[in-house]
Amino acid sequence: MKNTPLTEKHLALGAKMAPFAGYHMPISYTGINEEHQNVRNNVGVFDVCHMGEFIIRGKQALDLVQKVTSNDASKLAIGQAQYSCLPNEQGGIVDDLLVYRLTEEMCSEGEIAFMLVVNASNMEKDWEWINAQNTFDTRLINISEQTGLIALQGPRSLDVLQPLTDIDLASLKYYTFAKGKVAGMDHVLVSATGYTGAGGFELYLANEHTAAMWDALFESGKPLGIQPTGLGARDTLRLEMGYCLYGNDIDDATSPLEAGLGWITKLDKGAFISSSLFRKQKETGVARKLVGLTLEDRRVPRHGYPIEDQEGNLIGEVTSGTMSPSLQIPIGMGYVQTPFAGAGTPVFVVVGGKKLPARVTKLPFYK
Amino acid sequence: MVIPSDLRYTQEHEWIRLGEGNTAYIGITDFAQGELGDIVYVEVETVGDSLGKGDVFGTIEAVKTTSELFMPVSGNVLEFNTGLSSTGGDNPALVNDDPYGEGWIIKIELTDLSELEDLMDAAAYREMAG
Repeated sequence: MKNTPLTEKHLALGAKMAPFAGYHMPISYTGINEEHQNVRNNVGVFDVCHMGEFIIRGKQALDLVQKVTSNDASKLAIGQAQYSCLPNEQGGIVDDLLVYRLTEEMCSEGEIAFMLVVNASNMEKDWEWINAQNTFDTRLINISEQTGLIALQGPRSLDVLQPLTDIDLASLKYYTFAKGKVAGMDHVLVSATGYTGAGGFELYLANEHTAAMWDALFESGKPLGIQPTGLGARDTLRLEMGYCLYGNDIDDATSPLEAGLGWITKLDKGAFISSSLFRKQKETGVARKLVGLTLEDRRVPRHGYPIEDQEGNLIGEVTSGTMSPSLQIPIGMGYVQTPFAGAGTPVFVVVGGKKLPARVTKLPFYK
Repeated sequence: MVIPSDLRYTQEHEWIRLGEGNTAYIGITDFAQGELGDIVYVEVETVGDSLGKGDVFGTIEAVKTTSELFMPVSGNVLEFNTGLSSTGGDNPALVNDDPYGEGWIIKIELTDLSELEDLMDAAAYREMAG
């Protein structure tokens, strides 16, 4: 089991820890509900050092990124990022990721550079996959082991971070980033991103600075009620927004078009892996779709529960579920056959012998 | 981790406390509530049923997971704690806050008192829950 640079901080805080993607990670500190509300309404900090980071640098870096990802990376100016996915050759998803177009300070003439940020659980698989696709004049560097990542999320994130840096955070638009000095530490990449729907920043920095940055954020955020936030609340926050979790809602066998990720599947950008398959799916339509589910009772839908129609026919399966801390109702996501994917469609989520009445619900749950 | 010495315990982290006559209260341990995290719903639909040892008598929903509740002994389910139930106090968090007291889950009538002897005492449970 690997530790992050912050594992000792979590243990000192008395966090409930669990293995996640080979790392010893904090699940919660004071309770998922409390941590969740604090991010929605205030500001929280997450250790996401386990995420993987790859640099792609070279004269044909864009060609490689365009081939392996579904979104259109040619649209990225330096300082911009985009959500994307890595399709496999069967039209499934190797991973979902962020693509950053980096500055060219480390590049030789004619080179450009990207950073791909991938799920920890898929890091090795992604690394091998992208390398196998690399027939271009470009080079991959895996900086995961040297790179720390802290997510500062919630409406008061700017109030916590601005006193620590000269970067003008208010002008940093969603899905853009800047590099600079933060809390006296150089070369920190400050990204206006996050997977909570609560706003905020993600800080990429050298491993050896990560614990000091964690302390600096807590020091600055103390008067604002900043709190550490575990993976438990990270999951409930993303689920309220309808964001996919790899391994639950998307995997090697789900198409991005089935998963509602058509908006990051840019068929007009030129050929990429499985693009012809996706074009066909777009023309003929997909047989199943990932939808939001709201339950009318108090039982909570969980990954793997079957979904039935009114006549008791099996029409799909739940992929994620929780009791929404913000809405106080059970919510979930799951795949259903396309005729049942319309908002408001009544279905049943089945657990044991019970049929729990549910309705297909437009995402996000939390607005 | 609190483990009262006057209770008996199961491998599935339920406790049982003998009441008057052949009645007893059943709940989940401090360890169990801590592992589950925020409890958001407790469902018991077995009041009036006669259940065997190890039978499922209800379900606990925490934010992160769903867990079934098992009978530590055979018996008749007499009562579901109205403090927890959605038709009563509707405060399932009592199980987190006071697992051995206000957070008890069901009251039963034991079929066979001697079944209690098969359960763990506090020392044995402490050993198991570690």
